[in-house]
Amino acid sequence: MSRYESWGRFPQAQQRAQRLCWRSDDILSLKQEDACGLPFGNGRSYGDVCLNDGGILLDCRGMDRFIEFDKKEGIVRCEGGVLLRDILQLVVPHGWFLPVVPGTQWVTLGGAIANDIHGKNHHRAGTFGCHVPCFELLRSDGSRRVCSPSSNSDWYGATIGGLGLTGVITWAEIRLKSIPGTEIEGETVRFGSLSEFFDLSRESDRSFEYTVAWVDALATGPRLGRGLFFRGNHSGNGHGASPEEAEKITLDGLPAVPLVNRATVRIFNALYARKQRRATKRVRTGYGPFFFPLDAVGGWNRLYGTGGMLQYQFVVPPKEASDVVSGILDRAARSSAAPFLTVLKAFGDKPSPGLLSFPRPGITMAIDFPNRGQPTMELLNSFDKLVREAGGRIYPAKDARMSADVFQACFPEWSELSSFADPRISSSFWRRVTDRPR
Amino acid sequence: MKRVLIIGATSAIVEATARLFASNGDSIFLVGRSESKLASVGADLKVRGAGKVGTAILEAMDFGRQAEIVERAASFLGGIDVALIGYGILPDQEAANSDAALVRRAMDVNAVSTVCLMTHLAEFFEGARAGTLAVISSVAGDRGRASNYVYGSAKAAVSHYAQGLRCRLASSGVRVVTIKPGFVDTPMTAQFSKGMLWATPESVAKRIHSSILAGGDIVYAPWFWKWIMTVIRIIPERLFKRLPL
Repeated sequence: MSRYESWGRFPQAQQRAQRLCWRSDDILSLKQEDACGLPFGNGRSYGDVCLNDGGILLDCRGMDRFIEFDKKEGIVRCEGGVLLRDILQLVVPHGWFLPVVPGTQWVTLGGAIANDIHGKNHHRAGTFGCHVPCFELLRSDGSRRVCSPSSNSDWYGATIGGLGLTGVITWAEIRLKSIPGTEIEGETVRFGSLSEFFDLSRESDRSFEYTVAWVDALATGPRLGRGLFFRGNHSGNGHGASPEEAEKITLDGLPAVPLVNRATVRIFNALYARKQRRATKRVRTGYGPFFFPLDAVGGWNRLYGTGGMLQYQFVVPPKEASDVVSGILDRAARSSAAPFLTVLKAFGDKPSPGLLSFPRPGITMAIDFPNRGQPTMELLNSFDKLVREAGGRIYPAKDARMSADVFQACFPEWSELSSFADPRISSSFWRRVTDRPR
Repeated sequence: MKRVLIIGATSAIVEATARLFASNGDSIFLVGRSESKLASVGADLKVRGAGKVGTAILEAMDFGRQAEIVERAASFLGGIDVALIGYGILPDQEAANSDAALVRRAMDVNAVSTVCLMTHLAEFFEGARAGTLAVISSVAGDRGRASNYVYGSAKAAVSHYAQGLRCRLASSGVRVVTIKPGFVDTPMTAQFSKGMLWATPESVAKRIHSSILAGGDIVYAPWFWKWIMTVIRIIPERLFKRLPL
């Protein structure tokens, strides 16, 4: 608990921690000391947006109180360190659900806003930030601003997707969505190629609220782009309290040996791809297994050993998507790397209020790689080129290695954000990607 | 639905315990030093399912108002089924070695204030011939050690006082529960580096909550401290005084 890591466990950073436990308190360490701080939630971002090497981490997990829950209107207001899991446990029994959920419920509300996260319903709902009517921003000088689209709207936009740089989100309000029951009724559809994926995605996004696909990143040739498409809707089944979604197993005690390599990935993918014989399988499940399948395995990031893991997530415009995705899949499969969990999803065109928000209309893909140093870095750098040429961008919340040039080309809004950044707040990520004379 | 009085409500372990009472729909009266923090905790408990939630401000050294606070809680809640006391300070032992004022303050807050409050609550519960008085002591009170004996001896006083009270009140149907947490990762212990023996406030809270509901006189949290402290207590003093503990 005293060690702070990001989910990818790379890079490692040395930093002191100060706990922020009360939303009414100022950020003492930044008032008294001459060092930079960075708000830290639950450490689920993959790279270094949540790290502050040589500085102070402002651990916000102690700010985990609810403030108000309007069961009639479906609005919940709580502190920035509350976990999405706790919000779901509170609101689901009353027929409400979070408007957007990521692949894990172990993230804080503040982290969800600061990274402007997205989920399987992006094509309908947009990002998390689209459903946050207001929040309070606390700055290192002790000033506080309640931000919304109508008041302090520039701060509102800078903070959503602002990577924690604008200040600490002490509390926020979320507009919940009403659900008929706790279960998800869905389908798993097998597909044999990328073009099948694109067809399925177009068709599914019309009739399903949640869509995402898993791709076998080691398949080449005629099998390139084979995978499974998951789609679902909330169903009227399942009521009352949500079952405690406890971790079924935990890998925290795993030896420091990397278990993800080409051989194990090949076996896993082959088994997973053949998981289902039929072309389409209907599934009815609780919301937990549908949205958060990996949460059943605590500490699964440890499978990658001490070198850690790099997740490469990008989005490219619809027109170039097919070329870029197949180009990257092909390179990954032919490299010596072991691309593991690979996910594809079509983003919709609902804009986010966030200035530096990642999603754009198009196709997003995320691939996990064990970090093997230079060869992995070179491979990912070669992906950058494809993504940039297509006018795409890379997701800061997952990144640990993109260059300042690539970042600034992906996010030209960065210089605008830096004018809202708190002078006493910085991150390892921010120093890395802004380190260039302008 | 229980009526629960909680004193020291802004401490991490106690707040985590209060959430467990709240989720059962219990009514809760919170006592602490900071009005704004009590309000934050109270609003949270309300959202988590608590019945009535009231608050009152009390400084540890304000002996004159202790009885009044118990009365206010009882009238707000319409009686008291459970009282949980869990405030304290952790003095820096090295500083305390040569600072009598610091020793006095640690004793005043951790021991004198707590046992006086327990006196008022014992009287209340004895009159009602029912109730549970739970107090958070510490494993540090089980034996004096060079590294932490100021805190430890204050907690020893609390443990002893609770023990005597438990014997006195057993026939009145009043339970006294002594809770002895080990190392817990809270703001009070933020500056310590954490190893395997450290527990979260949430896991300790679960144990406190269940032992208040289900019985138990002296409760170690987590459970394994019972065995660690059994070993620590039987080491002969001649050897113990040379151990770097």
